[in-house]
Amino acid sequence: MYRVVRAEWLSEVVKLLEVEAPRVARAAQPGQFLIVRLGERSERVPLTIADFDRDRGTVTIIFIKAGHSTEELAAVNTGDQIRDVVGPLGNHLEIGPIRLRQAFFAKATKARRGFGGQVGTVVCVGGGVGVPALYPKAKALRAAGNKVISIIGARTAGLLVLENEMRALSDETYITTDDGSKGTKGLVIVELERLLREQAEKGHPHLIPPPSRGRKSGSPQADETHSQGGKIDLVIGVGPVPMMKAIAEATRAYGVKTLVSLNPIMVDGTGMCGSCRVTVGGQVKFACVDGPIFDAHEVDFDELIARQRRFEPLERDLAAQGAHVCHLEQAR
Amino acid sequence: MSPGRPARAGKAAGRPARLPRQEMPEQGPQERSRNFEEVALGLPEEAAILEASRCLQCKNPTCKAGCPVEIDIPGFIQAMRDHDFAKAIGILKDKNSLPAICGRVCPQETQCEQVCVLVKKGEPVAIGRLERFAADWEAEHGVAGRAGAPAQPAPATGHRVAVIGSGPGGLTAAGDLAKMGHEVTIFEAFHDTGGVLRYGIPEFRLPKAIVDREVEYIKSLGVEIELNTVIGKTLTIDDLFGMGFEAVFIASGAGAPVFLKIPGENLNGVYSANEFLTRANLMKAYRFPEYETPIWVGKRVAVVGGGNVAMDAARTALRLGAEQVTVVYRRSEHEMPARAEEIEHAKQEGIVFRFLTNPTRILGDERGWVRAMECLRMELGEPDESGRRRPVPVAGSEFTLEVDTVIIAIGNAANPLVSSSTPGLDTSKWGNIVADPETGATSRPGVYAGGDIVTGAATVIEAMGAGKRAARAIDQYLKSVGADSPPPQSSPIKGEEPSR
Repeated sequence: MYRVVRAEWLSEVVKLLEVEAPRVARAAQPGQFLIVRLGERSERVPLTIADFDRDRGTVTIIFIKAGHSTEELAAVNTGDQIRDVVGPLGNHLEIGPIRLRQAFFAKATKARRGFGGQVGTVVCVGGGVGVPALYPKAKALRAAGNKVISIIGARTAGLLVLENEMRALSDETYITTDDGSKGTKGLVIVELERLLREQAEKGHPHLIPPPSRGRKSGSPQADETHSQGGKIDLVIGVGPVPMMKAIAEATRAYGVKTLVSLNPIMVDGTGMCGSCRVTVGGQVKFACVDGPIFDAHEVDFDELIARQRRFEPLERDLAAQGAHVCHLEQAR
Repeated sequence: MSPGRPARAGKAAGRPARLPRQEMPEQGPQERSRNFEEVALGLPEEAAILEASRCLQCKNPTCKAGCPVEIDIPGFIQAMRDHDFAKAIGILKDKNSLPAICGRVCPQETQCEQVCVLVKKGEPVAIGRLERFAADWEAEHGVAGRAGAPAQPAPATGHRVAVIGSGPGGLTAAGDLAKMGHEVTIFEAFHDTGGVLRYGIPEFRLPKAIVDREVEYIKSLGVEIELNTVIGKTLTIDDLFGMGFEAVFIASGAGAPVFLKIPGENLNGVYSANEFLTRANLMKAYRFPEYETPIWVGKRVAVVGGGNVAMDAARTALRLGAEQVTVVYRRSEHEMPARAEEIEHAKQEGIVFRFLTNPTRILGDERGWVRAMECLRMELGEPDESGRRRPVPVAGSEFTLEVDTVIIAIGNAANPLVSSSTPGLDTSKWGNIVADPETGATSRPGVYAGGDIVTGAATVIEAMGAGKRAARAIDQYLKSVGADSPPPQSSPIKGEEPSR
């Protein structure tokens, strides 16, 4: 059993749980996830490790009520016990001193699990449920000395989470809401496209991998120049799959390297079952062990969108059952 | 082996010389194909004693040599014939910590029973059924192993051993090491014990209450089990040494599904057998929505493969409501690696077999769901390196099976989580850990390995045999290291104990 030391509502549908799991906290790195199973009958739910505190021996998860399992989990209070917590799983976002040109020009690193470090300017894009999963990556990139521009969005102002935390670590922060109740009206992609357009107009057309090796001598110099004037070196997007697809399409046109953190349906999270398989660069990858962070321009998002619906009919049954229980509780 | 012996054996039990092999009662195929209750019901006591009396008590028992864990088979059978079931289970547990499991899932027909001398005269002694009877008798009567089994572990040695994985190999090694007086902790990645016994083998073939019972027995020997600990992620092998463990036994299983690598494998409705069975068994999705993990099974299911896992997946799909389940296997029935009993049971339940058939692609509808599987007919050619005749495609023989669910059960590859996080641990080109077949010793001192992670997908009993041999070798190693030497490796990470 794993004790919840802090349970907090961040919005009416977003919950934060800080859980005692010393070994997970000790091994955790930004970008990794864990799996929780609330009770004997619960599903195994993969959630990004939003934060960890090795001294306190705790890990923090933040999630939106978006189905039966997360609704049950959202009912947990401080002092309650979670039956199972396992992790850290997946690969972390590499924030070591990986040189930019390696990441951009080495074919072998195309599908690598992530990179970061001194990349320069990173645009971190998070939509709805993706913001808590974006937060640890943005934090790590900032800590590694990058300029961080954040774009975070939600359906409506009341559902926007971690705004202060993201602002605190970002050089620039842009907010979007679908209904316009806060920030720019529309989707996060609107702000991202604006930034991409602006950098292009300012004469920072991004360095697209050259077809030949002829420019080799000149390009590394340019790569290592830290941008102060809007040049975007990297985009990281986390959110619903259609949003990540839109981000990938937007940045592809500008040739900006883009990473996404995928959230396919999982069971074990250790590479044992293949439930989370996703096609990346024409190859089948298991998001739990090969990811969850992938090169956005290589991901087959349409397949992923279809695969997210594998259990939809059954989930509706469960939701109906959940709603029933929920009403009973409200009646008491 | 002399012709007089059967008569003598018969006389001793006061029965005719040629007693038939006692059949085990089963749930009827119609009834059982719609429930998850155990199929085979076990021998009644009278039948078990009759069956025991069929044993010739050979002076040089060949059956014993056929057992990977070296059970004194004539010894336990003699005890059963004498109605001393407590003694029988004691003898079994002396060598085998998991008799209720082995009595159910061992392929006896290719092991002990295959080499029983009675095979020459007809049918072998039903050793597996007798083992199962003794274990179930103990469960019912609550008699711990005695009279032949040292129920009391040896005096504590003070040595600490970590075992990775609580499947059959890990449980066996842990049990044996504990009996030798060592302090053993098993680290299990899942939230429950048993490995393949829990997530792989279905309830109707191995009730989970039996796995619980056997795990409780291992714990009663003093073994600690820590769940939710993924070695390679939560902790590394170097961490374990840093925590004060002096030896490590890796029994993490194969644990990475192999796909066919044909078009359409990522369509909705295609499962690896691992995913399908883990959902059904470990997560109890067959009791959805009471248990909350979903499993989706269509009306027409194809299971690709011919091993026990394929049989388990096919029979599970049937029980989950599929109208027709077809096993598609590229060789002929003769080459199928599944236990004879499982194939027989599957046929009785109405599973359709298409031998000499190989899928070439899976076809989907516009929404990304499976609608059919295209296959090619095969014929048997020359024997391949496995000694089995190689299946060769018949040109132009493509045909389409109308299915909405496909379960791929063609085997497992090595999961790299442990090996990739352990510097200096040699692996084969397939990713399996290289270990001495006799001792389990790996390229790292103090690190031993056995079971599927070494051999590739095999059987429960082979993993148990590897666990047994490794336990013996680890015991020797610990003695050679001695109490005053430091552990072979240490890591800078402090070995704080968890709170759970």
